[in-house]
Amino acid sequence: MSITYLEAIREAQAYLLRNDPSVYIYGQDVGAFGGAFKATKNLAKEFPGRVIDAPISEDAMVGSAVGAAIEGMRPIIEMQFADFSTVGFNQVVNQAATLFWRTEVPCPLTLRLPSGGTSGGGPFHSQCLESIYARFPGLIVCTPATVEDAYSMLIESVMLNDPVIFCEHKYLYFHLKADSLPQEALPIGKARIAREGRDMTIVTYSAMLHECLEAAAEMAQDGAEIEVVDLRTVKPIDTDTIIASVARTGRLLCVAEEWPWGGVNAEVISRVVAEGFNLLDAPPQRINAKDTPIPYHPDLWSVHRPTAQSIVATARQLLRN
Amino acid sequence: MNHQIDRKRFERAYRYMLTARILDERLAQLYRGGNVYGGVFLGKGQEALSVSVGISLDKGDVFAPLIRDGAGRLAFGETILDALRNCLGSPLGPMRARDGNVHRGKPREGYIPMISHLGANISVVNGALMAKRMKGETKQIGAACIGDGATSTGAFHEALNQAAIEKLPLLLVIANNQYAYSTPTSAQFACKELSLKAQGYGVSTHDVDGTDLKACMTTLEKAAALARAGEGPQLIVAELLRLCGHGEHDDAQYISPKIKASKVGRDCMDEARNTLLKEYQYPEKELDQWTTETTDEINQAIRQVQQEGGPDPFTHNWKALATRELCEPLGSSTL
Repeated sequence: MSITYLEAIREAQAYLLRNDPSVYIYGQDVGAFGGAFKATKNLAKEFPGRVIDAPISEDAMVGSAVGAAIEGMRPIIEMQFADFSTVGFNQVVNQAATLFWRTEVPCPLTLRLPSGGTSGGGPFHSQCLESIYARFPGLIVCTPATVEDAYSMLIESVMLNDPVIFCEHKYLYFHLKADSLPQEALPIGKARIAREGRDMTIVTYSAMLHECLEAAAEMAQDGAEIEVVDLRTVKPIDTDTIIASVARTGRLLCVAEEWPWGGVNAEVISRVVAEGFNLLDAPPQRINAKDTPIPYHPDLWSVHRPTAQSIVATARQLLRN
Repeated sequence: MNHQIDRKRFERAYRYMLTARILDERLAQLYRGGNVYGGVFLGKGQEALSVSVGISLDKGDVFAPLIRDGAGRLAFGETILDALRNCLGSPLGPMRARDGNVHRGKPREGYIPMISHLGANISVVNGALMAKRMKGETKQIGAACIGDGATSTGAFHEALNQAAIEKLPLLLVIANNQYAYSTPTSAQFACKELSLKAQGYGVSTHDVDGTDLKACMTTLEKAAALARAGEGPQLIVAELLRLCGHGEHDDAQYISPKIKASKVGRDCMDEARNTLLKEYQYPEKELDQWTTETTDEINQAIRQVQQEGGPDPFTHNWKALATRELCEPLGSSTL
């Protein structure tokens, strides 16, 4: 038996609906249709009244989730694409993210954002918005890179008493498979060493993990041992794991699919420089998508985002420094 | 004139209005004396509508008031002390000095604190009502208050449509106070009446003279009864005039003298007092006595809150998450 990243998300939601009566799902086309990506397939039938179709009203979808959370529910809001969450942005950052701070009443809601680029996705179905949300106090931002994390981190997200932005990567939905669902998992907030090495640390997350692992495998043929850290959660960032890795390798490369200005890469480098400057043997480097909207044509898109090839090129340069 | 409103109920509503008005006047004085952090925003002229919303709600209902709803907040159960603590920055207040003035509430008691983004709390009430329905609590209703300006926001339209689709027992109360800050209604909407906006979504509407307490109470009671009976969302549009600036920093010179002199510019407090005197035959002495008692009560509360002092930034719990172990380290340098 094998299970995809997307099926893991569906199974996590089925588990939550089955085990907690306060969980419900609200989003466009999530009901009988089963969602644009089928992440809620058959759930409306199995859990009547708890998998609810929403109008195309992202602001009201998130606002209502805040109200339901106040009432003790644990809503899962599916945005059809992460890109559309900007329409509900105000409710996320001003309502959900501030509620606990203002009132000491927790706001347990999970916003599922189908994120990132796929071939042909174009400017409005490809965005990575994790850093926009991570900027705001009061939010937790998850970026699972594996089938196991998609499952365990979604369950943990919904059970947390805070608003969680769950950035699931569309490129991984069908590409990524595992033999089975995990029995145990690292908690949210902890990074994972996805590959051990002693020559360089690559810090990455989400779909870029797989590009980085491919790059590390290629460089291993030249004898370079690359350590790859999968952040798993970008807010909070597990600084300890990153610093410990850089202490072993002396070199840091950060790879993210999101745009370059600010963001997770900038934050990781800033922390390593501030807290571990003396551990570095060379200036830390970063690779992001190009600072343009995301292109539609596959030939443009394939060079717009970081790939194993561009990662290898930068990593080789960094090893020479 | 018919006596649809019980004498004691009318008196109760008036006394909340009176308390809200005196509280506003004292807050304005404190503001002018430099004793308030940030702004002071008054509800003058909107008390009749506001109290009618608050008094129509029961324990267990949901209420999302807005800027000028001091009277409704009191009717929904807020204490004078809580109102003052929030306005004067007491750590003992409902927002513990983290938010101020009209941004206050107690979500656990169905009292939703407003954020400054207009229209944003309507869908929050919707969600609370959806949750109640999922939990099998079908007796409760919710009310969200907005002004004419908020009817131009996307949040208003999304939430009104959402409430209609879900057939939620929502009272959406619009105080058309003729100006959104300085912007007159002519620059805010082009439809003849605001209630037309609700009709487009299949929502029942009620128009009312917002300067007439009795009319407001009758209308809100009717709308609340319809919502409770499962008739879906009810939109109430009250015509009135804000009898003050947007905040106390605003002298409101832009308000047209013609509107002030019109029926919509009447002071609902004066009108309600006249009703008490003439229709319900209350002696003037008794009404004056209420004013004295309420003023004393408020002054006593102000003294108490001023003695409570402010928050301590050094012992403050600077955590934005309920899951404390997932909070990022504090941003400011500790070097």
